[in-house]
Amino acid sequence: MSDIAQRVKKIVVEHLGVEAAQVKEDAKFIDDLGADSLDTVELVMAFEEEFSIEIPDDAAEKIQTVGDAINFIKSKG
Amino acid sequence: MTETTPAALPAVGGLMKGKRGLVMGVANDRSIAWGIAQALHAAGAELAFTYQGAAFGKRVLPMVQELGSSLIEEADVEDEASLDRLFARLQREWGRLDFVVHAIAFSDKEELKGRYVDTTRANFKRSLDISCFSFTDIARRSLPLMSAGGSLITLTYEGATRVMPSYNVMGIAKAALEASVRYLAADLGPQGVRVNALSAGPMRTLAGSVIGGARYVYRLSREAAPLRRNVELVDVGGAALYLLSDLSAGVTGTVHFVDSGYHAIGMPRQDAYKDSTGGE
Repeated sequence: MSDIAQRVKKIVVEHLGVEAAQVKEDAKFIDDLGADSLDTVELVMAFEEEFSIEIPDDAAEKIQTVGDAINFIKSKG
Repeated sequence: MTETTPAALPAVGGLMKGKRGLVMGVANDRSIAWGIAQALHAAGAELAFTYQGAAFGKRVLPMVQELGSSLIEEADVEDEASLDRLFARLQREWGRLDFVVHAIAFSDKEELKGRYVDTTRANFKRSLDISCFSFTDIARRSLPLMSAGGSLITLTYEGATRVMPSYNVMGIAKAALEASVRYLAADLGPQGVRVNALSAGPMRTLAGSVIGGARYVYRLSREAAPLRRNVELVDVGGAALYLLSDLSAGVTGTVHFVDSGYHAIGMPRQDAYKDSTGGE
């Protein structure tokens, strides 16, 4: 597992208070991990800070799964 | 680029010991109101909180319990009955109030992009009601509890006096809010109640994230400001502590900037633009 994936999953576990085992790459933040719409905004802000990147609103709207987040961040690296 | 860093909150010991205040508008742990609450707590103040709706309640309740606060009430500034309940409870449980932090604003996010001229009547009225009138309403409701004097602060932004990208109707609401700070200061001064606004530079808050182009505003503010950094919760907390404590006993009717000095700049240096458009 890449370093980026591990860091993303750690943020998701801490922010949503879910078990690490639930945070699979195909897990949807809202449907599978119990996030609400505020959580998704907060997660995007947390990813931006952790990786020193910017995630524009239109890209953020497309980030629906853990894997989407990992792939977006990798594409910026 | 040299960057400065914010200082930790200095020792403030018992500055607010024995003082009780209401903090309205904590949404999560990035909220400006939360930074202020933490500084007040460090200085020994006793705090009451409001939140709006279950989604915010879920976030705010555990946070305020950590500060040892038990007086927490759901309140919606558009709902008179909820404010009646809040102030009845403050009267019943505390019987007096020394300060209020008002950190509440609203606009339809679809109108925080594009042109101000396209603002709808409905959003204009609602933005002004929630972002401006609510402060006057809260001030009026607080007065009977402030017979021994008090201090009220609200949050504003430089977009009230100069045009900022996408700030739109919120700039008009903040202009009205800053004007109401002056009128309220005049009305309440004779009772020893002070009224001031704290004008923070752009911060990475939930509210700020809905403003179009927020990331550019954040970057350019950082590069162009005299201190070459964005402000953080501890900066706003320290300034709020000054405005809410007796340190500022002779201060009312002001707009106090906590923006790394950005408001003093007429035109950013050329390299500030260069550094702020390159992304990170």
